[in-house]
Amino acid sequence: MLLAILSGLLFSISIVFFGKHLKTKWSPLLLILPAILFALFASYIPFISSGNIQLQHINWVPSLGVNFDFKLDGLSLLFSLMITGIGIAIFVYARKYLKGHPYFDRFFGYLFLFMSAMLGVVLSDNILLLFIFWELTSISSFFLIGFNNDNADSRKSAITALSITGLGGFFLLASLILLGNIAGTFTISELIHSREIILADPLYPLIIGLLFVGAFTKSAQFPFHFWLPGAMKAPTPVSAYLHSATMVKAGIYVLARFSPILGSTDYWNYTLMIVGGITMVYASIHSLFRIDLKGVLAYSTISALGILTFLIGLGTKEAMIAVSVFIIAHALYKATLFLVTGIIDHETGTRDITVLAGLRKVLPPVALAGILAALSSAGFPLITFGFIGKDLIYEATLHFTNPSLIWTLTGLAIITNIGLVAAGFMAGITPFVGQLPQQFEKLHLPYKGMWIPPLVLALLGIVFGLFPGIVGELITNQTSNVIFGANTHSHLAIWHGWNLVLFLSLGTLALGSLLYIINKPNAARLAAVEKLNVISPQRIIMGIGNSIMQFSHWYTDIMHNGYLRSYHLKIILFAEAILAYKLWVSGPIYIDFWTLTYPDLYEIAIVMVLIGALYLILTTPSRLTAVVSMSVIGYCICLIFVIYSAPDLAMTQFTIDTLSTVLFVLVLYRLPGFINLTSKKVLFRDALVAIGFGVIIALTAFKIWAEPIVKDISDFYGENAYLLAKGKNVVNVILVDFRGIDTMFETVVLSIAAVGVYSMIRLRLKSSEKE
Amino acid sequence: MKSPILQSATKYLIPILLLFSFFLLLRGHYYPGGGFVGGLVASIAFVLHSFANGTEATMKILKHKPLSLIPVGLGLSTLSMTAPMLFGLPPMTGLWLEEPIPVIGMIGSSLVFDLGVYLVVIGVVLAILFTISLNNEEEKN
Repeated sequence: MLLAILSGLLFSISIVFFGKHLKTKWSPLLLILPAILFALFASYIPFISSGNIQLQHINWVPSLGVNFDFKLDGLSLLFSLMITGIGIAIFVYARKYLKGHPYFDRFFGYLFLFMSAMLGVVLSDNILLLFIFWELTSISSFFLIGFNNDNADSRKSAITALSITGLGGFFLLASLILLGNIAGTFTISELIHSREIILADPLYPLIIGLLFVGAFTKSAQFPFHFWLPGAMKAPTPVSAYLHSATMVKAGIYVLARFSPILGSTDYWNYTLMIVGGITMVYASIHSLFRIDLKGVLAYSTISALGILTFLIGLGTKEAMIAVSVFIIAHALYKATLFLVTGIIDHETGTRDITVLAGLRKVLPPVALAGILAALSSAGFPLITFGFIGKDLIYEATLHFTNPSLIWTLTGLAIITNIGLVAAGFMAGITPFVGQLPQQFEKLHLPYKGMWIPPLVLALLGIVFGLFPGIVGELITNQTSNVIFGANTHSHLAIWHGWNLVLFLSLGTLALGSLLYIINKPNAARLAAVEKLNVISPQRIIMGIGNSIMQFSHWYTDIMHNGYLRSYHLKIILFAEAILAYKLWVSGPIYIDFWTLTYPDLYEIAIVMVLIGALYLILTTPSRLTAVVSMSVIGYCICLIFVIYSAPDLAMTQFTIDTLSTVLFVLVLYRLPGFINLTSKKVLFRDALVAIGFGVIIALTAFKIWAEPIVKDISDFYGENAYLLAKGKNVVNVILVDFRGIDTMFETVVLSIAAVGVYSMIRLRLKSSEKE
Repeated sequence: MKSPILQSATKYLIPILLLFSFFLLLRGHYYPGGGFVGGLVASIAFVLHSFANGTEATMKILKHKPLSLIPVGLGLSTLSMTAPMLFGLPPMTGLWLEEPIPVIGMIGSSLVFDLGVYLVVIGVVLAILFTISLNNEEEKN
């Protein structure tokens, strides 16, 4: 499984080098990988459907609990098949959709990155690994939304999506770390055994609260839903793949995955039911006002995600079966509708449903795909997979554990579904029926690569509907077992006899169709609805974002004004404040003057030289003299090190001082002559800060001297330097062995500094090259 | 500042300083010294040369840009850090030859690590100083 994920990442990198060739005749190569991966996962179907689980474990950072743990069970397999299967359709489609685009190769690089990351999310059995892949999906989504990078709107939407999903990522991380600490393991399969401990922990509400924010931002739940309509700025294949079929379902996946571990409590169930309920109704009504095809689809996607959250919140056996089925049904018809929209946009240049009509005459196979998908989305009885999904939703609400809520919940589901029926028809049927406008008469079918994928997906929706047993036995049964945490014994069938659920489904379809006929969206009404945006969550969250920006501008102006002296002042003041506080708290200092020895003559001599050099620095008008005096001070400190037997320090200090004097001289060369511009007031302030620092450091030194010395650490190094690291020079052994990683990164920092200086000075533009 | 006295003195000082810096590097594991100090001393040798003969001349005896020492050094350090992983040990485990080698003494992976530090330090110091001083000389012309 690691290989499956890595192959996509490697492919993504290889596009950097071979991208040029892939643009032209080698582009069919792009389709190989998703096909292989799909075949690979499909080959696991018999194994998984008989109730087995495939595990893989590779150590990565075992000391931190981060390992490559992968698990393939029903839920992972369902998502993997969806990611790779719909992936094939999207890759085939996008190859033609973006034919000749200058960034063709880049696009596929991002798409491969996304596919791997998404597979990583659903296959990870380690929660930290899951988080890493989770973030990767957000990042690849950012690049794909902002793919048309010359469009300001597109860039803004990409930033919005990244900030919202990235913010959610932080919350998710916090939740996962708390969870791991309480349970003592980061492996999902082991977490399930710690369920009792986690539920009893006082932090439990916090854990699920943080987890919810993570999942809700990713899966566009109210009030974080607004990034998703913005994300529709991405090229259509991306909208179909990331923002309806797969990535936005990552939040749902996490909820489903953690449901057996954290779920079935009132906090869990009611939060999800309320948020999911608001989202599905709100978005379903919103979708009816859109006139942009993609807008309709975006809102109906949000609504579908709301339904999934809502169902997980119900937490019953029926609800979990409904989740497993609805995920597939929705992915199939929504991806189709998006791809159909993409073709319409590509051919006619517009997505406005008030303009589009009668396209069935010029794009017959596309019309077929669109209409089939719309029917599946509406839950047309007896032939579509969507019908089974819709049935199961009603089944789930009618079997809720709390009888007093049954009709409220069912009512919400009915309202949502009526809206979704109408929205589905608007997207899948409106553009194809009615009179063909004149300007579209000359249209012709696009490449086969573009209209075959949506048609296949739409037909699958019908095939699965006619033979639900295949999907049920193979996948959804195992999936719902995983989410429910026990055997659900689900058996999908399209015909359950004349019962209440069937009447509800038929009623929904009838009312939805009626609504579709009555509802004629137009620009004026859309504008009226948009006026309500003042109180929308988007405004509020954007407002908070803007005030954070203002705060950071203000903070930057004060703290990072670019003057070296200001930085120095602040750093020293901060250190003074902390040390002074600590000294104050730790009580008075006792100095036993009787134990002090008299200073030696050479010590007095060194201090005299120090004071003399200091006086020279403060009074000299020449920079060079000041620098040389500084190095005199440095050498004096070297002498002190030598006297107190720290030869390593002395040597280093000596060489460093020499070199920094050289550096100073080189830099001083470039400075203009010294003029004293400092006012008396500033001088006084600086003197105060400097004297304060000296006094505090001296006090600290006394304090340290008076405290008993803890020698554990130095004793450890002293004893073990030769035993473990075969060195007699403890300082050096610490540097190259015990704390070698620190040294390693220090050298890296030094190298970065050198490269920085080099590039600032040598690589800057000559004045003639500017502009 | 091309004084003949400094120029002839440098001629003899450079080999001695370089030798000394290498001596510091090798003895670091047992006595005061090590890659960092060694690297600083070696850079001082070259800085001295550049003071006596001009930076251009020093660049000529260096043949390569000092910046190119940095990746070599980082590479060596990384190598010694990751090499134990090939033997299934955690990274940074010290690997040692069984027998000491005459003159040099015990050789282990930490010496390679220190050599990396040594090269990085020389590269960084010379890159910063020479970049600035070459720039100064160019502006003067």
